[in-house]
Order: sequence, then structure tokens, then C-alpha cells
Amino acid sequence: MTTMIEVEGLSVAFGGVRAVDQVSFGVEKGEIFSIIGPNGAGKTTVFNLISRLYDATAGRIVFEGRDISRLSADRIAAAGIARTFQNIELFENASVLKNLLLGRHAHRRTSVFSELLFLPKVRRQEIENRSIVEDVIDFLDLAHHRDARVAGLPYGVRKVVELGRALAATPRLLLLDEPSSGLNPEETEDLSFWIRDIRDDLGITVMMVEHDMGLVGRVSDRVLALNEGKVLAVGTPSAVQSNPAVVEAYLGS
Amino acid sequence: MRFLFKTNYEQDVRLFQHGGQVFWYAVLAVLVLVAPLVLSDYLVGEAAFVFILAIAGVGLMLLTGYTGLVSLGHAAFLGIGAYGEAYLLSKGVPFPISMLLAALIAGATGFLIGLPTLRLSGVYLAIATFGFALIVSEILAKWESVTRGFNGFRVPRIVMFGETLRQDWHLYYISLAVLVVVILGVLNLLRSPTGRAFIAIRDSEVAAQSLGVNLTVYKTLAFALSAAITGLAGALYAHKLNFLSPDGFNIILSIQLLLMIVVGGLGSLHGAVFGALFVGALPSVIGILRGELPRVIAEQPGLEPLIFGLILVLTIIFEPYGIYGRWLKLKLYFQLFPLYRRATFRRTKAFLKSGRR
Amino acid sequence: MLIIQLAINGIAVGCIYALVALGLVLIYKATEAVNFAQGDLMMLGAFFALTFISFGGLPFWVGLALAIIGMAAVGMIMERLVLRPILGQPQFAVIMVTIGVGFILRSGATMIPGWGTSSQALPTPFSNQTLDVAGLVMAQEHLAIIGATVILCALLYGFFRHTRFGIAMQAASQNQLAAAYMGIPIKRVSAATWAIAAAVAALGGVLLAPIALVEANMGFVVLKAFPAAVLGGFASLPGAVIGGVVIGLIEVFSGRYISDTARNLAPFVVLLAVLVIRPEGLFAEPKKRRA
Repeated sequence: MTTMIEVEGLSVAFGGVRAVDQVSFGVEKGEIFSIIGPNGAGKTTVFNLISRLYDATAGRIVFEGRDISRLSADRIAAAGIARTFQNIELFENASVLKNLLLGRHAHRRTSVFSELLFLPKVRRQEIENRSIVEDVIDFLDLAHHRDARVAGLPYGVRKVVELGRALAATPRLLLLDEPSSGLNPEETEDLSFWIRDIRDDLGITVMMVEHDMGLVGRVSDRVLALNEGKVLAVGTPSAVQSNPAVVEAYLGS
Repeated sequence: MRFLFKTNYEQDVRLFQHGGQVFWYAVLAVLVLVAPLVLSDYLVGEAAFVFILAIAGVGLMLLTGYTGLVSLGHAAFLGIGAYGEAYLLSKGVPFPISMLLAALIAGATGFLIGLPTLRLSGVYLAIATFGFALIVSEILAKWESVTRGFNGFRVPRIVMFGETLRQDWHLYYISLAVLVVVILGVLNLLRSPTGRAFIAIRDSEVAAQSLGVNLTVYKTLAFALSAAITGLAGALYAHKLNFLSPDGFNIILSIQLLLMIVVGGLGSLHGAVFGALFVGALPSVIGILRGELPRVIAEQPGLEPLIFGLILVLTIIFEPYGIYGRWLKLKLYFQLFPLYRRATFRRTKAFLKSGRR
Repeated sequence: MLIIQLAINGIAVGCIYALVALGLVLIYKATEAVNFAQGDLMMLGAFFALTFISFGGLPFWVGLALAIIGMAAVGMIMERLVLRPILGQPQFAVIMVTIGVGFILRSGATMIPGWGTSSQALPTPFSNQTLDVAGLVMAQEHLAIIGATVILCALLYGFFRHTRFGIAMQAASQNQLAAAYMGIPIKRVSAATWAIAAAVAALGGVLLAPIALVEANMGFVVLKAFPAAVLGGFASLPGAVIGGVVIGLIEVFSGRYISDTARNLAPFVVLLAVLVIRPEGLFAEPKKRRA
């Protein structure tokens, strides 16, 4: 087992509120690792720190042995990390295909000048991107919506498109922020199969923030519980769920 | 209705998706090429003006329609291009080079103004570009050693192949060629990673960033490219005007450029061209209308801006996708006839997404 | 002495900018829209007053009151006809629509018989009179502008602090959706905001009339109100007033001590500098960026 990502003493404060406080954990390669906790526990903030949308006030993030704590947000994708967002951040006025192709952006090898002339290497790159995206479309069963504009799609499909866009980036670590929120039980069931397939077939390590304990229990190898920015417990889903501190955080004392 | 069966990815990357498109664009090309043989000199001149507007429209569309950055100051780039062209020609720089250099100067200015205003979004960016344009027009008026200030600048004629080009159809073909090259370049960009990055920035900056789009690089690039294309239009516009005066590149012109892309249809190159056609043709149409209307109304000098304003307001309220959006709907209506239903294009309800941070 | 004289001129000019900026900020706070037609509303207000007072022969104060009421109605009609249909669309649409309305108002005004394209003087009780205080010669119209601005600010402050509707408007400007859930009539609030902004514009138009004449293009003063509003942070009413005064002072002093070109350019150089260095305005607390 090798470590995929190692977080040490991560902290961030917004206007005096410590949203994330001295959080440390490690995720192994090939793991499905979930972060749970009540609202406002700092789960999404951890994701935003890893994808460098926020600057940490203290602590280190080491990804595949490389310190990424000072990398700019737009270099994270090229480093091998892709993510989805809690409230869906798709490119609404573009087609599903374009959205997925944007997932390939970090792998771009052409310059603006060659693109202005659409030189053969740009054409080759576009066709290669297209075939990778087409694999994702197959994998997630999106063929039906390929040319549809995102803005007109139902919520459940948009969630899948966002997952597809992250997969098109061919990451080694995938961050899923509340992947099941707003989905019906049937869609959530599909999602749990996909998450396992992403790990088993595509070999991608998965971290997710999730509220649906059923989904967390079914797919996760390990779970981290956060409350008020602090780590409460780490371990197998059942161990964490029965941990007294976790129970108290959810039910109140 | 047409169904396309695609057998390889190459087909999606092509400029023309099917034979029908090739046919209609070929017809259009022939019509545009022979038009000067048939039309009067006046109309050829007007058509050249439409091409020039369309070039500027494509430039602004790239920035506002595709990257989502609103500029209320694009007349400044048009002015920089026009004055650059006139100045360079008067210093003996030969024609096509002078035009490219003028575009380069405009592009560099766009880069410089784009850099500090990157942190701004929405309304603030609009206001900043607005202020920038006012400063540029003041500079054009006061930097007399280059622009000759309010004395005006007579634009030297284009000399090519030892021939002085002074006919309307000369400018017509030059502008047409530049327009075609610009459209092809922008189309190429739009089917490549750069164009997609622009669209990504327009629709979600956070997601764009997390996919590896460097906001600073692409926003400045969009600004510089847009300014350069508009500068190119400006260089040609100088020849259309023949005589430059600094108050010609004012805020009203900036707004007309914006109006052009809004009325034409935001987010499509067709929209830029339709918009140019519209803005170019409107004064003539109003001129004809004046003959028909009762004298009390016809003699009002405010008639033209009034109609501009009305059309702008009505377009945004009733057809946010502009003329091109209307065109697509008409096309679909005939393809589906008689199955078209009113609800086909019913808009989904939108909610105010706060721009404040 | 000259400096104090200049300062008073600057403050008076600045108050006009402040009045236009106030209208901008009121609307921005309530609806996140920027009203590019604010200057044209001001022009319309001045023409209303001109019609009632010069053509209708009404006393000045009655004419002023009627102009303010009339403009409030215009503001409401504008909100209902043009802005409500595009509720929820991007800010860009609102900017373009108000620019369009500006075109319509400006060219429409030139078509109305008696208004026309020429400039006209609006007689006011404080036109062309001066006041000597300790060797300072002050134009009464300048004093009237400053006085009216102070009174208006006090009224607005009282309205937003102490009346039910004012507090409801504040709530709606903080969070429209939450305010709607609390039972605040969002649509009425929006209409009222536009009415107040237009009424403020009318007052500004009447005050500007003695120093700039009434004409269709007087609305371009909005160009100076943008730097004022931005300087004040664009979402703060006191900020807009201070911003307006600062811009007025900068203009007058740079015009006197540098050159006329500097006078024209200074507000926009300040605007760009503020936007680049401190986009949140000079008086706002810098906020932590959150995605």
C-alpha cells in the first residue's frame, strides 16, 4: 500500500472562525475514503483546501509525495486531482460533450497559435480527447445526452455529467462533494456502483463528502468524521458510526 | 428534419457538419463575391462598412459573448486601430503591414488594460472599461503630435501593387478578406482547448480553475485577442471614414458595438455578423422610413437613437438570443412543421445568482 | 481664501454627483442592477420641473414637488415595464436594458414639443444670487445643493433605520430569497426602490439646472457618478455621498492647479485606480474571498 494523499495539521480560519482546525489524515492508493459530519463541520472546506481554492493558514498537503500546499488552483488538475462540486458547477450554456472535453484541459499540449490555424497536431489532439471522452460517455451511459445543452437537463443527469467531466480529466484522485445530494434512491444506487467501478476498473482513488450514511456504508473503505473543524474519528464505516463522540455530534448532547 | 449519422470523431471536428452547410456557404460566397459587380457604389460602400462592423463584432463577441467579460469601451480599441493605421501609413509603412501593426498595438493595449482589471467581474469590469474608453478618447484629442487632435487626421490612401486604391469595391474586398480570415481563426480557436476555456470562464470560474484553466492567462488572452481583432476593424474603419476625428470614437460607438452583438445573438459568431448587418442597415432603413412618416416625426433628429434604444430593450426582454436565436427557431419550425409547439422553446425560470462576493 | 472658495465649489459639484450616485447605489443594493439610465432620469426630472414651473406657471416649490412625484411614478413604470420581465437574468442584460432605456429617454425628450434640443434655464429661488460670509462670496445655488443633499441624506437615513418599509427594503437587499420567505413583498420593494431612485434623480436634476441648464444631454453627468459610487464601494449610501464629494473636490482642484485636461481625466483615473487597487471601495471593510 502506498499513500495517495497525506494531510498534516491542516487549518483555516475565516474571520476568526476556525473552519478547519488541525486536521490530519492519510488516504491510501486505491481506497474509497469518505468524510462525514454535521452541517458546517468543515467537510467541503477540506476539499476546497485540497483543490487550492482556499489558502490554508497552517498545515501541509502532500499528494503522491509532492507538497501541493502552495500550488495554484489551476495546477491541481494537471497534478492528477479532479473534483465535483456540492452545488454543481457545470458550464451551463455549453453541450454535455463540450463540458466533458473541458475535463481534458489540463492535458492540453497545443499553443494558441497552432490552434488559430488548427494545425494537424491540434486535430490529432482533439480526436484523442474525443475518444477518451467517448469512453467516459459509455461508462456513465450519457450517450443519450451527448449534444444536449446542460442548462436544460434534469438535476440527476447534471450530477452525472459533472462526475463525467471529472473522469475525463483522467485523474488519480477524485474528490466527490456530496455526490448523492438531490438524487432519488434509484440514481443513488447507480452512483454507488459507479463509485466502486471507478476505483476497481479505472484504478482511481476516491475521496467523498457525503451525508447519505447508507451510501457511505456501502462503498467506503474508511470514514473520517469531522465536527466543528476537528477530527472526531477515523476508521471503518461501522466503527466510526458507533463511535460515541460521533453519535453525540450528530444527536447533540 | 435532418439526422446525422457520424462514423468517426473527425466529423465532429470539421468546420462544416454536413453537405447542406457546404452548399449554402458556397452559395453565400459566390453571392458576396459578385455583389460589387451588380450593386451601386453607395451600396458597395455600405456593405464594406457592414464587414468592418462584423469584424469588430467578432472581436467583441469573443470577449463578451464567449468569455463573459463585458466591455463598455471597445470603441477605444477601434480608435487605436484607426489612428494607428493612419499614423503608420503617413509614416510610410506599407498597407497590409500597417494594418497588422495597428491591430498589434490595439492588442497590446488590450493586454495592458486586461491585466489590472482581471480581478474585476460583472458590473465593475463594465465600469472600468467604460472609464478606460473615456481616457483613451481624451488622449486621442490631446496627443496632437500623433493624432493631430481636433484638426482631424486625413487618412492616406492604401497603395498596393503600385496602385492607389480609392474605389469602394477595393475596401469591400479587403474587408471581406479580413472578415473571412478572422472568422476562420476564431472558429478554429473555438473548436480547440483555448475557445473551450473561454466558455468555461464565462459559465463557471471555479470549475474552470479546478479543471486547469488559468484564469489570469485566459482572461488576458481574451482581452488581447478581442482588442487586436477590434483594432483590425479600426484600421479598416479608418479607410471607410477617410477622415478621423477624436470624438468619433466615443461611448456611443462602444454601446453600438455591444448592441450589435446583443441584437445579433450573444454567444455565436452568426450573431456578430447578423448584428453587424442590422446595425449597418438600420440607418438606411430609418432614412427610407423618414420619407414615409409624417413630417413632424420624420424630421426629429432623435429618431435613430430612439429606435436603437427600443430595439435593444425589446430584444433583451423578448429574444435574449437575438436575431440568430430567432433564426434557429424559424428553421426548426419549418423542419418540424406541423409538429412545432409553442412550448418547444419555453424558457426555464431563472433565479438571480448573486454577483456579490 | 481661494482654497476655501474652491472647496465649496468642489463640494457643491460633488453633491450633484453624489445625488446621482445615491440613485445608482439604491438600485444596486436592492436589485444588484446597475442603472445606466440614472442620469437620464435626472434629465427627465429637470424637464418635468421646467414644464411645471416655466410653462405651467406654478410656484417653484409646488413644481418641484410635482416633478419629484412624477418621477417616482416614472421609476415605478420603468421597473414594471422593463426590469421585472428580465428578473433573474444576468446582470449584463440589466445593464444593456437600462442603456437602452437611456437612449429612449434622451432621444424621446428631444421630440417633446417645448423641450426640444436646445438648452433652457430653469428659474429657481436661489439662481444668480450670492451670499457674503466673512469675505467669502458664495453662490446660493451651491449652498442650496449642499443643503438639499444633507437634508436628503437625513431623510433616507431615517427612512431606512426607522420605518417598517425601509427596514424591509434593507432586508431584501441583503438576501432576496430569505426576505421573500419572511413575507417581505419583493416586487413592491423593487418598485419602491426604483421610485425612490427616480425621485432622488428628479431632485438632482432640479438642483443641477441653475448651474448647467436643462437639456437632453445633461444626463451624461452619470459618467462622473460612476467613479463616485465605485469610490464609496457601490453598495453604501454614505459611501456614495462621500465618493461624490471627493470626486467633485478632485475635479475642481485638478482643474484649477493642473489643467482642464486633468479636470476631465481625474475622475476616471481615480476610478481605474480604485478598481484596480481596492475594488471594494475606499470605505468598505475588505472581505475574505470565498468561493
